[in-house]
Amino acid sequence: MGESSSHESFRTTLLDRRILTATDVPGLYQRSEGFEAVVRGLSGALAATVPEGPVETRYLAPVMPRDVLEDSDYVTSFPNLMGVVSSFLGGEGDLSELRRRVGSGEDWGALVDPTEVALCSAACHQLYPTLAGSTVPDEGFDLQVEAYCFRHEPSEDPARMQSFRMREVVRLGSPERALAHRDQGVERVRAVLAELGLEADVVEANDPFFGRGGRMLAADQRERALKFELVAPISSAAPGAVASANYHEDHFGRRFEIRRADGSPAHSACVGVGLERVALALYWAHGLEPLDWPRSVRSRLGLA
Amino acid sequence: MDADATIRRVLEEHGRLSTPATALATDDDLYQRGLSSHASVNVMLALEEAFGVEFPDELLRKSTFQSIGSIRGALAGLGNAVPPA
Ligand SMILES: [Zn+2]
Repeated sequence: MGESSSHESFRTTLLDRRILTATDVPGLYQRSEGFEAVVRGLSGALAATVPEGPVETRYLAPVMPRDVLEDSDYVTSFPNLMGVVSSFLGGEGDLSELRRRVGSGEDWGALVDPTEVALCSAACHQLYPTLAGSTVPDEGFDLQVEAYCFRHEPSEDPARMQSFRMREVVRLGSPERALAHRDQGVERVRAVLAELGLEADVVEANDPFFGRGGRMLAADQRERALKFELVAPISSAAPGAVASANYHEDHFGRRFEIRRADGSPAHSACVGVGLERVALALYWAHGLEPLDWPRSVRSRLGLA
Repeated sequence: MDADATIRRVLEEHGRLSTPATALATDDDLYQRGLSSHASVNVMLALEEAFGVEFPDELLRKSTFQSIGSIRGALAGLGNAVPPA
């Protein structure tokens, strides 16, 4: 459809067709009913493929306790991507200054302060604090979760939204069972994508950890092959990540004191799918009118 | 203060180890003593400050900070195994 470097033409088309409506801030979009139907169909299709019986599923608010940023090490690893909710915490006396600045069009950002609330960094991060202090069976405790996540990386590329949904399946248990979950999860998601007519490749990956310390974490993540991504064309011919599979070792188990039966920290892994990215990949692959998509794809998405 | 003592002090303050840093052997595996990936970053930054050096990219890997000995070796390679007075 476009050239590998040009997501611009795809973006323009999406906006012209009102599939997405842009806002004044790059990376923030309003979704059409048709786009949303694709996202929800995908969410349902993914839910239906989770193996091993019914798994508890949680739908999360787009905001979370700010402490989670600290406890997950997100605040030091990705300070440039995080979002903290600010509010006016002053009294009546400070209000006049706020009024004055707003009235005169001056910047009023310095008059608000961070609250105890932050934007969700990754869907699975919200789960661990709710499991703190618990013991999980070695064969693994699985949870399914869907949340709006936030990344402060303004971009004109529709594949890089600042606010997007992530659907994950998380397992806590023995190292073997966590790794098995990661590796089987990749294949499970790849199979769903294939049924939707998307050919996704599995590639080794690293998170965009910030700064020089981040380089160390990224090198380590690659060296030990902790992270894989499923990549496919999203908004241009150049493949981008539509899903990721991560083995955290005992990082979260240790930090949140989630234990195995023998008392050692639980290991964890998550397999997450970027719902808007897959939806865009479907528009890219099959065209701008879901009514015209292959019947098998429509039925897999429950679009009848 | 010699390099070893400074390294041990940094590990004690930033390593969150399961063993007191003074009780570690030079070749003890710090990761087996509870040094996490994220704590190893804090150790790296604190060593840079204590020794007044900057680790080059090729040393920004976990193996550099595997043991007191490997840290000492890396610092020596930077020509600065002695902390500034
Ligand atoms: Zn996750």
